[in-house]
Amino acid sequence: MERIPILRMGSFLLVTIQVDMHDRLAMTLQDDLTRRIVEVNAKGVLLDISSLDMVDSFIGRMISNIAAMSRVLDAETVVVGMQPAVAITLVELGLSLPNVRTALNVERGMELLRAAAQLVAEGADGRDSP
Amino acid sequence: MAAIRHEVIGVRTESDIVQVRQVVRQWAVQVGLGLVDQTKIVTAASELARNTVAYGGGGTLCLEALQEGARSGLRLTFEDRGPGIADVAKAMTDGYTSGTGMGLGLGGSKRLVNEFDIWSRPGEGTRVTVTRWR
Amino acid sequence: MTAYSAAHTTSAGKRLVDILRAHHSDILRDWIEVQIGRRSLPASELRAQCEEFLTLLVPALQNAHDPSIDGVSWQPAKEFLSNLSAVRAQQGFSPSETATFVFSLKQSIFQRIRDAGMTDAASIADDMWAATLLFDALGLYTTEVYQRGREQVIMRQQQDMLELSTPVVTLWDGVVALPLIGTLDSARTQVVMETLLHRIVETGATIAVIDITGVPTVDTLTAQHLLKTVTAARLMGAECIISGIRPQIAQTIVHLGVDLGDITTKSTLADAFRVALSRTGRTVTRTFAGAGPQRNGERPS
Repeated sequence: MERIPILRMGSFLLVTIQVDMHDRLAMTLQDDLTRRIVEVNAKGVLLDISSLDMVDSFIGRMISNIAAMSRVLDAETVVVGMQPAVAITLVELGLSLPNVRTALNVERGMELLRAAAQLVAEGADGRDSP
Repeated sequence: MAAIRHEVIGVRTESDIVQVRQVVRQWAVQVGLGLVDQTKIVTAASELARNTVAYGGGGTLCLEALQEGARSGLRLTFEDRGPGIADVAKAMTDGYTSGTGMGLGLGGSKRLVNEFDIWSRPGEGTRVTVTRWR
Repeated sequence: MTAYSAAHTTSAGKRLVDILRAHHSDILRDWIEVQIGRRSLPASELRAQCEEFLTLLVPALQNAHDPSIDGVSWQPAKEFLSNLSAVRAQQGFSPSETATFVFSLKQSIFQRIRDAGMTDAASIADDMWAATLLFDALGLYTTEVYQRGREQVIMRQQQDMLELSTPVVTLWDGVVALPLIGTLDSARTQVVMETLLHRIVETGATIAVIDITGVPTVDTLTAQHLLKTVTAARLMGAECIISGIRPQIAQTIVHLGVDLGDITTKSTLADAFRVALSRTGRTVTRTFAGAGPQRNGERPS
């Protein structure tokens, strides 16, 4: 069965969604991602949706779920590259994804993740080894 | 007002939902809808197709390219013979609660289109018709 | 404008007038019959239109000084066709269908030309040709009117677009400002969102200052539209600051119980700009010419 590839970049995971996802694929991604975060003790997840020309309520909820689950697992999620038409439609649909961090592109998203990871490391202050 | 072109496709499985998005996108482009309007009707179609598959037990989608005088439009009719919706008014207000919502996507879809019509009778089925004008 | 040869004008035109006069009711009946069944138009309306046009034809032909339909005698007939074209367009008829109103008259006219008792085949052909040119010109006139109508709509829409145009200015690297002038209704909000989001993509902005100094009133609906715009920008990674909140607006917002959530609001664009700079990691340093750079109360970098 097809899966969406999850790339590892240091302590971050990068997911690029490039296909028109059917519901089961979205659920599989959620499961795979959750498992992977634990496996590599990831500190952040970058979700690249710049190829998506449509986000409906199901995919919107998938994004929310991914962000919520990663947070529980002590990882930060940043969603990048939302297309303007998609953003306008989501807002009209009534989905604002309030607890999801966003950035314009992968580069910005990585900056955010690194900054967030930095804060966590500074806050840990020797309790955990970096 | 005339439908200058129409087509009926089956909406029964999850992959049909993906198919619906692609077909509606093609028709929206042909009718001449702008990018944002295309995205809106494709998203509405995805919601309604999912309803048809998940709650309606499968059904059909009829696409119509409309021409009324100088303006053109796209009309989608989703129909199923499923259990129907007991309280349509309530179903329209079901919102998206944070993650756990079982919202039928009807209220949201309505905001994405110019015209929205729904018929449903418990035990008989449901028919939702949405139209997006240029 | 199509013209028919001067050589035929007087004689052909005279004969046409005679035919129209002599067989008015027959021509009218036949003409109506040809059109019925083509499109749903109430019979009484169609009859009234046909009668009026036939009535206008005679004086137009009689008083024509030159072969074209540009002459002053054709004004009333053309005005009638102009109105008809507009009404039919509104009713959803295509320009071709409206032109057929004129073209279909040829059939009954030709029949009468043939029956006019002329033995000369060449003359019959000449008269038919003259009549053809005339009605073609009139039919084409209806399509020209339709064209002009469309062009007017386009021009009007372009004007609207200009008025609605939303200038997004870059205040600094990564900081853009959107001064809103006028009311913010649902349709305008769509345009505003589209423009702002595209500019955010183009400039890579992380902060957008929306200045509402030029927005006359902020009611619940306007606030909703503002919130939509802010949310859309946020989904694309840009944070919004709303500036230009006048005292009355502030009162209205509180009075209506509008919840702006955690959106930063400032009364002036300057204050908003200061916040934007600070949030993007910048400070402002004052320099005095000849005295070298001095920090002026800003936090040390």
